[in-house]
Amino acid sequence: MELLGIFFAAVLINNILLIRSVGMCSFFGVTTKIDMAIGMSFAVLFVVTVASAICWFFFRYLLVPFDLVFLKTVVFILVIASLVQLEELYLRKMIPSLYRSMGIYLPLITTNCAVLAVPLFIIDYKYDFIQAIIYSVGVCGGYTLSMVLLAYIRERTAISPIPRWFQGYPIAFVTAALMALAFLGFSGLFGL
Amino acid sequence: MSLWKDFSSGIIKENPVLRLMIGLCPTIATTTSAINALGMSAATAFVLIGSNLLVSIVRKIVPDEIRIPIFILIIASLVTVTDYVMYAFMPALHKSLGVFIPLIVANCIILGRSEAFAYKNPVLNSVLDGVGMSIGFTLSLTTIGIIREILGSGSVFGISFINSSFMATAMVLTPGAFMTVGFVMALLNRFEKRAQ
Repeated sequence: MELLGIFFAAVLINNILLIRSVGMCSFFGVTTKIDMAIGMSFAVLFVVTVASAICWFFFRYLLVPFDLVFLKTVVFILVIASLVQLEELYLRKMIPSLYRSMGIYLPLITTNCAVLAVPLFIIDYKYDFIQAIIYSVGVCGGYTLSMVLLAYIRERTAISPIPRWFQGYPIAFVTAALMALAFLGFSGLFGL
Repeated sequence: MSLWKDFSSGIIKENPVLRLMIGLCPTIATTTSAINALGMSAATAFVLIGSNLLVSIVRKIVPDEIRIPIFILIIASLVTVTDYVMYAFMPALHKSLGVFIPLIVANCIILGRSEAFAYKNPVLNSVLDGVGMSIGFTLSLTTIGIIREILGSGSVFGISFINSSFMATAMVLTPGAFMTVGFVMALLNRFEKRAQ
């Protein structure tokens, strides 16, 4: 029950893009087409979940016992960067078809703040291992949800008659503002 | 002349936030008040100028294949220094910026400038580019911070002039940030079209 609470809080109440406002570059950069939004979401799902698991182990069994907590930023970003490299190599070798459709997003993930933010949030909340995994899957669920929603709306606004100065990015920001207002309504759900 | 161009391009013409659309996370998340926006800009400026300087110094001895991990290491060390200096001397600001200080590492502006500029240019040009980009970043963040603080809590730099219960709380939450950035961009488009 508690795990379910963590999951839904991560998807809806503390939606990583619309409420915590982390990972903005990809939110506006790759939501011009639905396929791109979905591809990016799956790439993020894999990297975030594995990265938070590895970072959790590094933090609990390496940084805390040796009193090296101040190195957490350096260690986490190195874990993420090497993980992205490994994923790229693996996909290119093993699943070339997936690599062709997802490959261009992989280098972008290193500088996607959402990937670094999730391990940092997990340390802030003092989650244990199972909770950490559930939380990172939930975050990715929320990420996918808002990416796909915004991509659908942007495909529609691209062909709508909107004021000239708002065309392109400004209307995307206003759309995101209205979506975020709607997501604010989830706060207080399940008493969280 | 080219020094002046490197310096000034970041301010308006290639403004990182409003033109190049990079570094959006701190823009949305930390502009809840003008003070927070200024603090975030100062931290980012320190890391950006420092990393441009260091990357430009080591650019001749870094092998091409492993340059990105080395850039990331340089940036992450600078961010850790910033994090602990702010924790020691500005605990209130450090607390309100929270997780966004370590997240400077993943700010695309900094890695982007290391890769696109500092890795290819001499030290002086790189530092000037960092200063120009920082000024552009600070200008846009502070403008957005001031607008959100006026509309959301009726104050500027913490000096209150309207009772905050009359103001729109949503403006200091995430929706207000998206809305403000959208409208500032639209206004900029408008003035640019008129100037042409």
